[in-house]
Amino acid sequence: MQLSRRSFLKITGAGFAASAFGALGFAAAGLALASAVRPFKLAHARETRNTCTYCSVACGILIYSLGDGAKNARSDIIHIEGDPDHPVNRGTLCPKGSALLDIVHAPTRLRNPRYRAPGSAAFKDVSWDFALDRIARLMKEDRDKHFIAKNSKGVTVNRWTSTGMLAASASSSETSFLTWKVARSLGMVVFDNQARV
Amino acid sequence: MTNTWQDIKNANLVIVMGGNAAEAHPCGFKWVIEAKIENKAKLLVVDPRFTRTASVADYYAPIRPGTDIAFLSGVIRYLLEKDAIQHEYVRAYTNASLIIKDGFSFKDGLFSGYDEETRTYDKSSWDYDLDDKGFAKVDDTWQNPRCVINMLREHVARYTPEMVSRICGTPQDTYLEVCELIASTAAPDKAMTSLFALGWTQHSVGAQNIRTMAMIQLLLGNIGVAGGGMNALRGHSNIQGLTDVGLLSDAMPGYLTLPKDGEPTFAEYMKTRQFKPLRPGQTSYWQNYNKFIISLQKTLYGDAAQAANDWAYDWLPKLDVPLYDIIRAFEMMTHGEINGYICQGFNPLQAFPDKGKIRKALGNLKFLVTMDPLDTETSRFWENFGPQNPSDPAKIQTEVFQLPVTCFAEENGSLVNSARWLQWHWKAADPPGDAQSDIFIMAGIFHRLREMYRKEGGAFPDALLNLRWDYTNPFDPDAEDLAKEMNGRALTDLKDPSGAVTVHAGQLLDGFAQLRDDGTTAAGCWIFTGSYTERGNMMARRDATDPREQGIAPNWAWAWPANRRILYNRASADVAGKPWNPVKPILEWDGSRWVGIDTPDYTPTTKPSDSVGPFIMNAEGVGRLFARSLMAEGPFPEHYEPLESPSENLLHPAVNSNPAARVFADDRAAFGTAKDFPYVGTTYRLTEHFHFWTKHALINSILQPEEFVEIGEALAHEKGIDQGGWVRVSSKRGTVVCKAYVTKRIKPLLVAGHPTHVVGVPLHWGFTGQARKGYGANTLTPSVGDANTQTPEFKAFLVNLEKASGPVS
Repeated sequence: MQLSRRSFLKITGAGFAASAFGALGFAAAGLALASAVRPFKLAHARETRNTCTYCSVACGILIYSLGDGAKNARSDIIHIEGDPDHPVNRGTLCPKGSALLDIVHAPTRLRNPRYRAPGSAAFKDVSWDFALDRIARLMKEDRDKHFIAKNSKGVTVNRWTSTGMLAASASSSETSFLTWKVARSLGMVVFDNQARV
Repeated sequence: MTNTWQDIKNANLVIVMGGNAAEAHPCGFKWVIEAKIENKAKLLVVDPRFTRTASVADYYAPIRPGTDIAFLSGVIRYLLEKDAIQHEYVRAYTNASLIIKDGFSFKDGLFSGYDEETRTYDKSSWDYDLDDKGFAKVDDTWQNPRCVINMLREHVARYTPEMVSRICGTPQDTYLEVCELIASTAAPDKAMTSLFALGWTQHSVGAQNIRTMAMIQLLLGNIGVAGGGMNALRGHSNIQGLTDVGLLSDAMPGYLTLPKDGEPTFAEYMKTRQFKPLRPGQTSYWQNYNKFIISLQKTLYGDAAQAANDWAYDWLPKLDVPLYDIIRAFEMMTHGEINGYICQGFNPLQAFPDKGKIRKALGNLKFLVTMDPLDTETSRFWENFGPQNPSDPAKIQTEVFQLPVTCFAEENGSLVNSARWLQWHWKAADPPGDAQSDIFIMAGIFHRLREMYRKEGGAFPDALLNLRWDYTNPFDPDAEDLAKEMNGRALTDLKDPSGAVTVHAGQLLDGFAQLRDDGTTAAGCWIFTGSYTERGNMMARRDATDPREQGIAPNWAWAWPANRRILYNRASADVAGKPWNPVKPILEWDGSRWVGIDTPDYTPTTKPSDSVGPFIMNAEGVGRLFARSLMAEGPFPEHYEPLESPSENLLHPAVNSNPAARVFADDRAAFGTAKDFPYVGTTYRLTEHFHFWTKHALINSILQPEEFVEIGEALAHEKGIDQGGWVRVSSKRGTVVCKAYVTKRIKPLLVAGHPTHVVGVPLHWGFTGQARKGYGANTLTPSVGDANTQTPEFKAFLVNLEKASGPVS
């Protein structure tokens, strides 16, 4: 029989309660209790394989979330632990990885695009369209004004040095490839990632 | 890492120098403990502080920050003097026997070809003596005084134990014990692994720190073998991946490099990238460079990249300076030469050197975009947070966009770990509020710009307008689509020489050996080819089976290149193909092919008698004890003091610090001297925190709630500072007021006869999140980088420290 980790939890949860009470001579009552006892919360949760977001040991983690993936069911991450199957961390996590749930739910997680106007002392919430339209417009204005198509010797160089970008260190390789494509097709050369520091 | 995390358990000796794995990589460090318990390995730690890694070490040697090259050059001297090298390995697998050409020299701290004006070298003399076929001349008897091994011996002769001790502050008897221990791994069946991190990179001589240890590992025969290798413990979950995909100023995916102004045509560009073998019969795998770059250009531009237009070579930007790195970027910003800046998951106000300079420079921008799951300091640089971020918002005209993005738990995709494993992960929940992925944002900016250029025209739109974008969902492309794009496909039916079709048009490729230079293949990142094939997503594999439990696990996820887990694994066997260590073999020659637990370095049927070297990416086929022209400051490592140093260079006072380090004038003006700033500062991570992220997490903020510096008891006593008392720490660039943690873990070092104190500066503090407000270590650090990589010198700088009263509030 193939047992998923989740169904294993369900079975052992009930089985443990039953055998403990059974050993004390409450066989029938124990079974009744086991069926009534609140099952482990994780048994209801959806288990997702992921990788710790911090250092590059890249410990395997299991994320438990509520919500079955249905369109109108709001998902919520309730628990994160080390993946015992992972060949490097074998289920363990360090003081940072053990607290991953707190970074997912940090009160300073950003929820809306925000904009700060020149000279202003505060951010205001804006729509994605406002933010992306304005950013694209500012980029185009700067690029059209400062793009260097040829250098002083007449060599085609097609570079843009007056707008720069720093790429992430915890985003996926797929994200980074798309980012590379966009930045380089614009001729961007002031372009770096966290490896430099 | 050349090896895997689990492979550390195969070591006989683990040296941790330039890192603190127990605290910064705790779950990886367990494999060191495994090596100690299961393999009776010894752990050796060299560090300015008695770290938690040191606390479980068998041997600990203190060292002054910034003197690692002197320490390690003395080890090389010891190994050569005692003849404690693995002779057969060194002769067959390194360039020890190759002859260096006349004209190359080293005198008073400078190699031949130095130009004081430009602070750069003419490196034409840093090369081998070539014969008329262009091959390097060799003297296998090592009689020729210009053999690499003899020139190296002469170069390191100055690094006597006495001299090393005077420079590094390491007691001589401790140092000699370390040398003896390292030398013990010259035995063919013994291995030492080197574990290092930013303790080596963040120096003005960072790349040479690492290189010196790599040379030791070559001399000992410890590269390519189980339990050996050079193992860079990378610090962020996908910093390896972002480097592999080429998100660096001068890079393209798969370690291809961006063209320079001096390479006006594709033919000119390829001239310096053909990598003709320097010894007969060598692989010199970069000879396939044109296949990789043409396949990249086909990925980017499809039919618009043709042989007739040099594969759209002109559409790639060209560089007029070696690097537009971060230090140059903020120098340009300071002078108003940068108007827009986009920070994707990056917090430069906390991460870059000389915070005061960074804050001022950001205020010169016309617009700043941050993309981050968290409320970063950078996105609020304009806001007044008191002494930790003084600002007058009314005077700052920068438009700021703070864009909320998903975190790891809310997206699919792959990350490359330190051991080059591409591991897939899955989305567990939706992001909070209206947050979106970085992919959504980059696609959104791309579509808007492309539309504007289509309608309005503007500066050179060709590359943008022709960029291939055929994703299932163009507005928020799936990670799977992008992964397949990097892996690559056949664009037409690919045929073998007999005319039989090997890969059908449109099919995903199995490996980079299938790439072609005629435009019939596309691959976005050639080293990832094989990661997502017609058999499925190799990165999502979860078979942890590990033959002989030797720490390879070849079917767990996928490793670049070609799922090879131990780089240079050919070197694990002797010249005839017999494993050096019969108990832990990786590969061996069975008479007709290479067999073993890992993917061999080259075609499995390459005979040992063909003498193809294991270092297949090098034109020589062998490991380099002499780096030719590949390093900025010299083909042999040399000790140079940090730019801010408490001591003169005892070897050559006239050339004190790295002569090839690029220093901008205003940064040089902000360097202090030992007269005003007598103590050596060094930055590091705490085990409870990750950079500037975890202060947003409650548990971590409770564990380590506030900024502090670590000082030794002797300095505390001298300055009248109590445990937990307030101190003012200053450099020429700024001041931090925080608490002092008085510790036995830092002791004064005797440097050139003078006691030298080290001040430890943890780096995690800022003014957003749940921990208490702090100034941040970069308030103090100098703006100068390694001469090759421009990684800032955070690990050795000068500070002063005074007792202070607490903050008035």
